Formats: sequence, C-alpha cells, structure tokens
Amino acid sequence: MTEFFQNLGLSYEWAWTVATLVGIITISLLVMFSVAMVIYVDRKVLGAIMMRRGPNVVGPFGLLQSFADGLKVFLQETIIPSAANKGIFLLAPIITFTVALAAWAVIPFDAGVVVSDINVGLLYILAISSLGVYGVVMSGWASNSKYPFFSAMRAAAQMISYEVSIGFVLVCVVLFAGTFNMSGIVMAQKGHGLGFINGFFVNPLLFPMFVVFFISALAETARAPFDLTEAESELVAGYQTEYSSMSFALFWLGEYANILLMCSLCTLLFMGGWLPPIEWAPLYYVPGIVWFLVKTFFFFFLFSWIWATVPRYRYDQLMRLGWKVFLPMSLIFVALISGYLMATGHFS
Amino acid sequence: MTTATQLLKSFTLFEFLKAHALTLKYFFKPKVTINYPFEKSPLSPRFRGEHALRRYPNGEERCIACKLCEAVCPAQAITIESEPREDGSRRTTRYDIDMTKCIYCGFCQEACPVDAIVEGPNFEYATETREELLYDKAKLLANGDKWERAIAANLEADAPYR
Repeated sequence: MTEFFQNLGLSYEWAWTVATLVGIITISLLVMFSVAMVIYVDRKVLGAIMMRRGPNVVGPFGLLQSFADGLKVFLQETIIPSAANKGIFLLAPIITFTVALAAWAVIPFDAGVVVSDINVGLLYILAISSLGVYGVVMSGWASNSKYPFFSAMRAAAQMISYEVSIGFVLVCVVLFAGTFNMSGIVMAQKGHGLGFINGFFVNPLLFPMFVVFFISALAETARAPFDLTEAESELVAGYQTEYSSMSFALFWLGEYANILLMCSLCTLLFMGGWLPPIEWAPLYYVPGIVWFLVKTFFFFFLFSWIWATVPRYRYDQLMRLGWKVFLPMSLIFVALISGYLMATGHFS
Repeated sequence: MTTATQLLKSFTLFEFLKAHALTLKYFFKPKVTINYPFEKSPLSPRFRGEHALRRYPNGEERCIACKLCEAVCPAQAITIESEPREDGSRRTTRYDIDMTKCIYCGFCQEACPVDAIVEGPNFEYATETREELLYDKAKLLANGDKWERAIAANLEADAPYR
C-alpha cells in the first residue's frame, strides 16, 4: 500500500505514514463491526440452545440489533459516582478498549495483510493482552464500590494465573514454528499433519496444548465458565457495575474484541490461519481471509456454545485448574516437545 | 469408579463433550417461543385480563350498584358510589378500579349478579404513567363497548361449565 501512496506523489515517509494510518483505521473499523456482529451471534446461539429465538426484530433477522443497542447506549447519560476517582474512572474503559484494539496490529488476516509484520508478534500480543487487566483493576479501584473492587481483585488473580500456562503453550508453538512472527507461525503449519493437513492441532504433541490454550483463552477473556469477574449472582456486574453509557459500551466492545482476538489466536497458532484446512489446490482459490474468518467464527461459536453449556466455576476450582492442572501439564509438554525436537534433529 | 477411569474421564473432558453434544442437539430443535407482538398464544375464554363494564343491547348499563364486587374485592381496588337516577333506578355515580391494586382474582365478575363487571381478554394496556391505571367509570364503560363482542363470545363459550 506504501507504493500506492508513493505513486500519488508522496515521499516514502509520508506514504508509509498514510498507508499505516489507513491500515489501522480499516482494521479498527473491521474489528468493531465484527464485534457488533459477534454480539448478535452470541445472543442468537445462546437463544437457540435455550430454544428461544434471540434478537429477531431490528433489521432482517435482527442483524441490526447490536447497532440499535449501541445507539441506545450512546444516547444515555454518563453517570459518575460522586465517590469515584473521576480521572481513573473514565480512563479505565479507554485503556481496556485501546489495548483490545492494539493487539490486532500484528494479526495477519491473509498472507501479507497485516498492519505491522514484526518479528516478535507473539511476544507483542502476550505483552498487550497482559496490559488488558489494568483497565479492569483501575475501574474496580476507581469506582470506590465494593463489588467492582472484588471483581477487579478476582480478575487480576485470574489473568495472572492463566497467562502463565498460555505462555508455556506459546513456547511449545514457537518451538515447532521456529519463529515469533505470526505469519511465520502460520506458514510453518503448512502441510504439518501427514503432509497435507494445515495446522498444528493435528500434532499429537500439540493437540493437548491446543486444548489448554483454548480453555485458558476462556479464562483470560473472563468468559463463561470462568466469568467470575462479572458473576451476576455475587457481584452484580463486576467491575462494570458503576459504569453507564459510552464508558460501559467501551468495556463491552473491549471485552468482545479480546474474545475475537483469542479466537483468531487459536486460528493462527493451531488451525493454520489463512491456509485452507487441507493442501488441495482448488481450496486455494478461496481467498485466505475467508478461511481466516471462517475459522475465527468457528472458535467464536465454540465460545458461545460453551457459555450456554457449562456452569460457572467456583473461585478455588478456577485457581486449582490454573495452577495445579494447566501449569504442570504445559510444563511437562514444553519438556516433552523440546526433547522430541532435539531427538528428531529439528534444530540442527 | 476407579481413580484411573476418573482421571481418564477428566483429562479427556468426557463429561464436557457429553454436555456439549446435548446442547448441540437442543441448538437444532425448533424454538418454543413465539414472535410475541406479531404472533399471540391462544387465550382461554376464562382469561382474566383488563376489566370492563358491560351494557345491555339497548345501551342501558348493566351495573345496578349492588356493591358486591366492592365488598368481595380482596385487594380493595374497587370504589363505588351510587344514587337513584331520575327514573328511580339505582345507578353508580362513581365506579373506580385501581388497576395497580387489582390482583386479577376474578372475584368481582363471580360476584356480579348481572354480569356487568367482567375481566376481558385484553392484557396489553400497559401505560407510561401510574395515573392512567386508575380507571374510572367512563374508561370501564368504554372498555366494555370496545371488547363487548369478545367478552360475549367468551361468556358464551364458558357458560356450559358454570
């Protein structure tokens, strides 16, 4: 895209800036649009499993429901509790939302379709997704109210616990791929399974890690069955309790953007990203972005499906699963995988 | 169950997969909800909805101000005042129902000797203010005129069981 703007008569620096800005805006809008659609899908799937219809009045099949909700929220009054720390209170949703969007900078939607194709993409995502918890903790503290405070403490502990095992799972993937670059990881999956299946998930050594990663992703995004941070029966709405209007909407958007990010990470790290599921020439006629979106939405469907099926974990069960099951398991697999790769001469 | 099979079960996520298979089955089942504002479920002839005061076919109001409904009303939602009319018949000058107090028990229509006060089939009378739910005689008579056909049909359908 830089060349395109250079041809319009801009110098290289300006062309690069404009091209990157266009990329950022396109991807932000795309993500926000997907979030709106995904909230609709979430409600529809949940409704269908409960044998309800879900939203079906606004627009054809209720497709415009999320936009109507957005408009409603936008027109509401922003209420700031008098006891709240005003600055931090308003900053928290902005941080959550910004961080959720920032992580999309290194997600490749297709070969070469990425805002910034940096070498340490995976590390960048790990760093940015850890920052996400700051928004939650700050909102919990600044609300000056007991339920958001409890929720923020839970969120902090939960995200730290599961980030550890996510880190080890990523180590396994990187060992196999030999690179931290997201596009490189996707290309390393080409023909990984028996020479014709694209994706690390078919590898018997990586499949358990895939499951661990997926479940940790549920916990990392505070999604059911690990949604203890907003357990309605105990904490009203968790850290969002005191929020209203656009600040509430920003939390909502940020949360779903994070969920989508985790879905796309599952796709990129284990399911072969934009590559078709199997190596077969006709499948390559389908644009890569379609494969990427199909796989991502498949994972989102799994998220909704799990939400509708599994009851919420107790807090000690959540901690037990994170520290006593996933952490040892992922550690063992790091040792197993590196041992296997050394033995088969992968690194030589 | 031995510890080994239990471990195997929890590590293969057996119970979770079973649960998800079940919910997927429900995902494809036909929906049980109806499209409410566009589609409505059938109502029994005995349905107790919004109140109405009925008239005789010649336009004379049925209510004779016997105050049985007022007496029987367990929520004390009904207030009646009466006076003899010029032709000597006893009629209500005031017939109020506080719909916010009413519990829709149907005792008023059971008590009425002339089938004047009835609970009609209408249940869509939500209002934006509380005051609109304090019904007076004019409102109740207007309801009666509006819903007379439906009410008469319901009373006829229910008559064999009375």
